[in-house]
Amino acid sequence: MPFIPHTAAEVRQMLSTIGAPSTEALFDEIPAGLRTGSLEAIAPALSEMEIGRLMLERAAQDGRVLNFIGAGAYEHHIPAAIWAIATRGEFYSAYTPYQAEASQGTLQLLYEYQTMMAGLTGMQVSNASLYDGGSALAEACLMAVRAHRRSKAQRILVPDAVNPTYRDVTRAIAGNQNLVLETLPFDPRLGQTPAETLAAYRDQDVTALVIQQPNFFGVLEDVDMLTDLAHQRGMLVIAVVNPTSLAILKPPGQWGQHGVDIVCGEGQPLGVPLSSGGPYFGFLTTRLEHVRQMPGRLIGRTVDADGKPGFTLTLQAREQHIRRGKATSNICTNQGLLVTAATIYLSLLGPHGLAQVASSCVEQTSRLVAALTGVPGVRRVFAGPHFHEAVLALDRPVRGVLDALATRGIVGGYDLTSRYPALGPSLLVCATETRTAGDIERYAAALADVLQNATAA
Amino acid sequence: MSKVPHDLRFLKSHEWARLETDGTVTVGISDHAQQALGDLVFVEAPEAGRRVAAGEAIAVVESVKAASDVYSPVSGEIVAGNVDLGGQPELINQDPYGAGWIMRIRPDDKQQFAAMLDARGYEAQLAAETH
Repeated sequence: MPFIPHTAAEVRQMLSTIGAPSTEALFDEIPAGLRTGSLEAIAPALSEMEIGRLMLERAAQDGRVLNFIGAGAYEHHIPAAIWAIATRGEFYSAYTPYQAEASQGTLQLLYEYQTMMAGLTGMQVSNASLYDGGSALAEACLMAVRAHRRSKAQRILVPDAVNPTYRDVTRAIAGNQNLVLETLPFDPRLGQTPAETLAAYRDQDVTALVIQQPNFFGVLEDVDMLTDLAHQRGMLVIAVVNPTSLAILKPPGQWGQHGVDIVCGEGQPLGVPLSSGGPYFGFLTTRLEHVRQMPGRLIGRTVDADGKPGFTLTLQAREQHIRRGKATSNICTNQGLLVTAATIYLSLLGPHGLAQVASSCVEQTSRLVAALTGVPGVRRVFAGPHFHEAVLALDRPVRGVLDALATRGIVGGYDLTSRYPALGPSLLVCATETRTAGDIERYAAALADVLQNATAA
Repeated sequence: MSKVPHDLRFLKSHEWARLETDGTVTVGISDHAQQALGDLVFVEAPEAGRRVAAGEAIAVVESVKAASDVYSPVSGEIVAGNVDLGGQPELINQDPYGAGWIMRIRPDDKQQFAAMLDARGYEAQLAAETH
């Protein structure tokens, strides 16, 4: 049954009223060369029963693995209360509804979300979410170009140690708007972005510097030094952060002497399941002075005509339904359901609970690194301090080792070889609070076995 | 009825311009434009030193209802933006032709100023818009 409310008779009546011969004729003005035509790659429609069966079969292919991969998406414990509340009918919608103010509950939730994200990142305002961490970085770069009016170059410095997928997405979105992304190298010994690399840009027009903390290798950057040097050279600073880590690390609003200008990142660690890669949500916060350049929706608290407190959309004049092609972005509140889960997650854990999660991640990752580097043929690559990921070098190609581990039900980590060939055979591993001492022992034993057997063979 | 001072020139897009004695051109939005926008809450005036082309969007005025571009009537260099508007956007509502000026431009070619609508032409356009 198609979920379209119009009957054939109604469609005919509407077409005859406007004098169109067919529904297809309504699209006549699109030139033939721009029409997609048939979509051969898309399989024919399935019934609910068939699609349910297909999804169960696909889910079974994932199996029940022991996971040590992070690289941008993290397996955290999600208390059952979160999705029980998030999927209540009152919340169970992706969007802020049209006539948003009629849905005070949704607006209050977004207001709470924005308040918590601003607090967590040390900024003054937050939008109501973006698609994911990668698109949040792209939007942050575009926003920096709008906000930094003295800079004409549209040049953004992006360290090689920033999540490569985020860099791909940013290039895809912002590259077509003539932004130039320039790569900064990392120190091969420490895995950090050296502050000296900024010296080369002393007298040049550079719009912004991106700093990821912890960076893609799980290493902590010298964020104070980088932020201050970038500001001294007239750049804005964009922080890419893991929200869990902010419970124990200094918020970007306090980096260096003045704090950063824009903060963005992936919100998935806050109560959103891995789900084979999505949907997730991105977050973006900033200082009040840049609020008009911030993409997305903003909820304010106000009073109604009777003086009773209420919530309202604010600063809408810069949004697409009013500003059209000149809007700050076409981003709205698509990821509202994920934001709902994250808001409940943060409320339920509180600052103390989130700090416990973060500390537990650091501890388990230290244990994991100690256990795995105890295996012959494995060594740690970077000496710098880490959060909940670390890079390990193997004495042979990583792919074969990961495949052998997979047959034992272990997802051993992210193979860095193709993205970072200079590192040699290297593996990015992660342990969150969900990995027990037993899990880590099992991984270390399996890895020792795999490496030894391969040597013997 | 909105005010249309007779010593000013206008664009159809509701900017006004005044040729100053030092040869620069001061630009703002008309009384009619500020009335149509309603209470202004934010003005993004251009920074001095920027090169502009006639017809280019160089400032943004934002009210509770809408955000609109302000177009340059002439090509030239921005000599000054009205910094007072940063804290007091309502100056445009209160005094659109005086304290509510938005920017001052040194024109490359004064002919572009001369080619703008005079007050009578702008009044005729306003009359046509409202009828």
